[in-house]
Amino acid sequence: MRYSGFRVIKEALTGHRGWGPAWRDPEPQPRYDYIIIGGGGHGLATAYYLAKHFKQSRIAVLEKGWIGGGNVGRNTTIVRSNYMLDGNEPFYEFSLKLWEGLEQDLNYNAMMSQRGVINLMHSDAQRDAYVRRGNAMILNGADAELLDQKQVVAKYPFLNVKNARFPVMGGLLQARAGTARHDAVAWGFARAADQCGIDIIQNCEVTGFKIENGKVQGVETSRGFIGTKKVGVCVAGSSSRVMAQAGMRLPIESHVLQAFVTEGLKPVLPGVITFGAGHFYCSQSDKGGLVFGGNIDGYNSYASRGNLPVVEDVIEEAIAMFPMLGRARLLRMWGGIVDMSMDGSPIIDKTSVDGLYFNGGWCYGGFKATPASGFCYAHLLATDTPHETATGYRLNRFETGHMIDEKGVGAQPNLH
Amino acid sequence: MIITHPILGPRDSSEFVYLGDATLLDRPDWQADDALHQFTRYQHSRDNPAGLHRELWFHEQGDRSWLVVTRDTVTHEIMQVEFASDMARKERS
Repeated sequence: MRYSGFRVIKEALTGHRGWGPAWRDPEPQPRYDYIIIGGGGHGLATAYYLAKHFKQSRIAVLEKGWIGGGNVGRNTTIVRSNYMLDGNEPFYEFSLKLWEGLEQDLNYNAMMSQRGVINLMHSDAQRDAYVRRGNAMILNGADAELLDQKQVVAKYPFLNVKNARFPVMGGLLQARAGTARHDAVAWGFARAADQCGIDIIQNCEVTGFKIENGKVQGVETSRGFIGTKKVGVCVAGSSSRVMAQAGMRLPIESHVLQAFVTEGLKPVLPGVITFGAGHFYCSQSDKGGLVFGGNIDGYNSYASRGNLPVVEDVIEEAIAMFPMLGRARLLRMWGGIVDMSMDGSPIIDKTSVDGLYFNGGWCYGGFKATPASGFCYAHLLATDTPHETATGYRLNRFETGHMIDEKGVGAQPNLH
Repeated sequence: MIITHPILGPRDSSEFVYLGDATLLDRPDWQADDALHQFTRYQHSRDNPAGLHRELWFHEQGDRSWLVVTRDTVTHEIMQVEFASDMARKERS
């Protein structure tokens, strides 16, 4: 079924009896050409682009839980391409361009809203760094604009720009950046993938790989053995656990990242805004809640919940930036498990096992990458060569010295 | 999280700085033939288990000692806290 305004009117007049499920719930077949492990945003996008763009068939997505139940439903929904390094910026800009056409492509309202992202700056040195990053963005075809204090105040009059310690001197604006409805992204990709004939198999946990003579033969799952020649692992957060089943150790630590949402408020925050003197980002959801977060907790964790020191740190930054937030009540807070890689950048690559591919290490920024990650991974799976925007995301870059370290802090995952 | 320091008793984890997997104590031999490969693995590869994890914490706002903490990464429960120096000495002897 194609969704459209006409369809909504027709269903409204006929008692909404014609909608039906958005995707099937098929039994796993004994054999597929491609198996994608992980039915998150990236896994579903990979399957979708494999079928739609690279014209492959007999594809299955195996999901341990249910669609939309992992990190794709736990993030702060920000979409942007304001990176600096050559290995990153073309990829994220490619992703943002895919976001811009995503809803038409998927025939699904992902509530993509290009409301702009402003990174605030608080010192001369930071302005220099932002000018440099903005120029790098423009050179890679993205948009960037340097705002002075007056321009920032015009957009956000409630900001505490006269903060004695961290005065707001201006900001780096990416106007094409914004937010998208995270659940709808998962559902949209799942529905579109299903319509391409891809089997989305939920409640199906991979428990092992069958590897013979260095070649993948299939995967063992909680619903039986499934044969295939190509397996794409796409389970950021649990990458180490899944790849350990194939005997691999990764340059990744799992960490917990917390996020917060306030009660619903009237529209106060027109775009996404980040505090430059710490790590804090905030936007307002369409339901009115202020969605915000800060740093990762900083220690290995698979607990999906964090601890109070980071909560305190995040709230302090929030109040320093806009004191009015002190009057809002916090509604919910939660944690998600992220793959922190050793240079803060992701991995999309083949592995030492023939037919086994790996996508992970997204740190706390995987959501914005969803379409491009799927597209580039599908490119790799279908053609065995990396997509032109993802050539830097190699698994062996730590050995060859080609790290993509935006922050320049080295192999210390909790500092990225 | 509360880390029970061997001398100072229960301390809030925010007094500590986290470094990571305690295998970082075992530096490879820099004179080995494959030292480059060993150091690459030492620096970048991690077991990253879900469950018991031995890890290095530095008591920066305390006595500035390095501790080896055994912690469950699924529940955040701390099982054991030892001085890293004691561990290193034990391994050397």
